[in-house]
Amino acid sequence: MADTASTAEGTANGSSDDSHDDTKRDFLLYSTIAVGAAGTVMAAWPFIDIMNPSKDVLALASTELDISSVEEGQSITAIWRGKPIFVRRRTAKEIETAQATELKDLPDPEADKDRVKKSQWLVMIGVCTHLGCIPLGQKSGDTKGEFGGWFCPCHGSHYDTSGRIRKGPAPKNLPIPPYKFIDDTNILIG
Amino acid sequence: MSTPTWKNPIVQWVDHRLPIVTFLDHAIVKYPTPRNLNYWWNFGSLAGLILVIMIGTGIILAMSYTPHTSMAFDSVERIMRDVNYGWLIRYLHMNGGSMFFIAVYIHIFRGMYYGSYKEPRELLWIIGIFIFFAMMSTAFLGYVLPWGQMSFWGATVITNLFSIIPFFGESIVQWLWGGFSIDNPTLNKFYSLHYLMPFVIFALVFVHLWALHTHKSSNPLGIEVKGDEDEIPFHPYYTAKDAYGVGLFLIFFLGFTFFAPNFFGEPDNYIEANPLVTPTHIVPEWYFLPFYAILRAVPDNFVDVWGILPVIISAKAAGVIAMFASILLLLVLPWLDTSKVRSAKFRPTYFWLFWLFVIDTIILGFMGAKPAEGTFLLIGRLATAYYFLHLVIFIPLVGKFEKTKPLPESISAAVTAGGSDAKEGS
Ligand code: HEM
Ligand code: FES
Repeated sequence: MADTASTAEGTANGSSDDSHDDTKRDFLLYSTIAVGAAGTVMAAWPFIDIMNPSKDVLALASTELDISSVEEGQSITAIWRGKPIFVRRRTAKEIETAQATELKDLPDPEADKDRVKKSQWLVMIGVCTHLGCIPLGQKSGDTKGEFGGWFCPCHGSHYDTSGRIRKGPAPKNLPIPPYKFIDDTNILIG
Repeated sequence: MSTPTWKNPIVQWVDHRLPIVTFLDHAIVKYPTPRNLNYWWNFGSLAGLILVIMIGTGIILAMSYTPHTSMAFDSVERIMRDVNYGWLIRYLHMNGGSMFFIAVYIHIFRGMYYGSYKEPRELLWIIGIFIFFAMMSTAFLGYVLPWGQMSFWGATVITNLFSIIPFFGESIVQWLWGGFSIDNPTLNKFYSLHYLMPFVIFALVFVHLWALHTHKSSNPLGIEVKGDEDEIPFHPYYTAKDAYGVGLFLIFFLGFTFFAPNFFGEPDNYIEANPLVTPTHIVPEWYFLPFYAILRAVPDNFVDVWGILPVIISAKAAGVIAMFASILLLLVLPWLDTSKVRSAKFRPTYFWLFWLFVIDTIILGFMGAKPAEGTFLLIGRLATAYYFLHLVIFIPLVGKFEKTKPLPESISAAVTAGGSDAKEGS
């Protein structure tokens, strides 16, 4: 129908109008494509976003932890967002070696004081930054690696007493979760 | 395509309206096939059969399986102990997965030895590699379902591979997980996709066969079919040959299923998944081992040494890229190979390169199962280097410099002359 109309009009008004008509058609065509594409993207979003963490998963995003029973030189493991949280009450010697380490010796340079809120308590996400295994070193019998902290058995990453990567394929230090001390013996993670 | 008339009136009635009988007649009965195909040509149809077995056993397993983190492991144990013949169906599905990869690996190496990927079958080969990719994802997804320790930690390691994608890596991994670690949303999603993927493979196989039937099978001599005397109808010759192969295969497959059902498996997967304890030694299923070895072989400081985009591509990225490259390179094999001669029978140098490559992938497989340290790591690195050398340097060069042997005049001349090639046709 549109074609017939435009031809008839084109014949009546001469060829200059024809090209005018073409521009109009192009405009309509491209705007239709643009709106259609935008609409498709918007329609696709729910199908993608449904696979992102849901509200109930996000709601479980904080954990409270009582650390009063942890002795010096001991560690406990809590769960936050399905991941292990390493809480270690460090010995004086561990703190000292961690603080004495020069930044230039670290693949991912970070000072010990920037990784703790109270130097005795080291709180970290216990997930190897290589491919996500749980490093050993929480239990007293575990191998702690060449730097006396944690050792990931999967591909051999060594972490020091500040949880910093020292040797092996992992690129980054064990991450520090957001947390705060509610009082001296309780911390809130998340 | 002249439409034949069928004697049976019902067949004729149907075929007149939907020429499905004619189609099948063309595709698997009269289908002209080179007369000299040897037993290495059995593995394609064998893989097809295994796909059907996998879908059949999988759908039955799904009737008793529960995709929830608190019940998945127990539901599989219930299948093993309480459900009638549940053990059989599960062992068939478990070992069937391994059989599928054995068949397809042989099928792929067959293609490499006989140069089946060369003009005009490049696309056929590429679709095949897509199928291989889809199979690997299906098997990976399926292995998560029983929710054992290896399921959980294998999935953790593999999904974390995506965290290396610049800028979006972290969000992509969370999206895959549907949370902050492998958990119930992940299991549900993987179950849904594990059910879907085999049907995607089915569709790919259909396209694969469509391309195959366009230029027909190649053959051990790698020369073109010149006329009718070079061919025989698919039925009864190759239907019989394939059926004989199926018989042998079933002995092999059921031998494992009944007498060593856990031979290909990992004992750790009979321990329920525990997000707080990593098994001391994570090993993927055997069919992933060569690629796992490549993943771990790239030295940590590889990128620093070569100074390529050190900001975006971290050390772990280099390993992941190498692993994906090792598969993606196969897609361009038809263009890497510069030789016009297809079959390794007539390529004395390539013949050796081919076998070295086979040995190399086997070595990679063994190294993938070992801890990545000391001598194992060194061997793994050398084998990885050789893998890429073979594909990127040797294959293009050998085609340019090799002096190939004279090709026979035709298939029929070669197989009827009583020469050494005669046995190929039997
Ligand atoms: C390309 C074809 C397929 C492959 C390669 C494949 C592979 C696998 C593998 C490796 C496992 C783990 C077995 C174990 O260790 O327990 C598995 C489990 C499972 N698969 Fe499949 N599968 C395929 C098709 C299907 C189909 C079509 C279904 C239908 C829904 C299915 C349903 C299941 C179920 C319910 C499980 C969990 C039970 C179990 O672990 O034994 N699979 N699959
Ligand atoms: S996951 Fe820890 S070293 Fe690879």
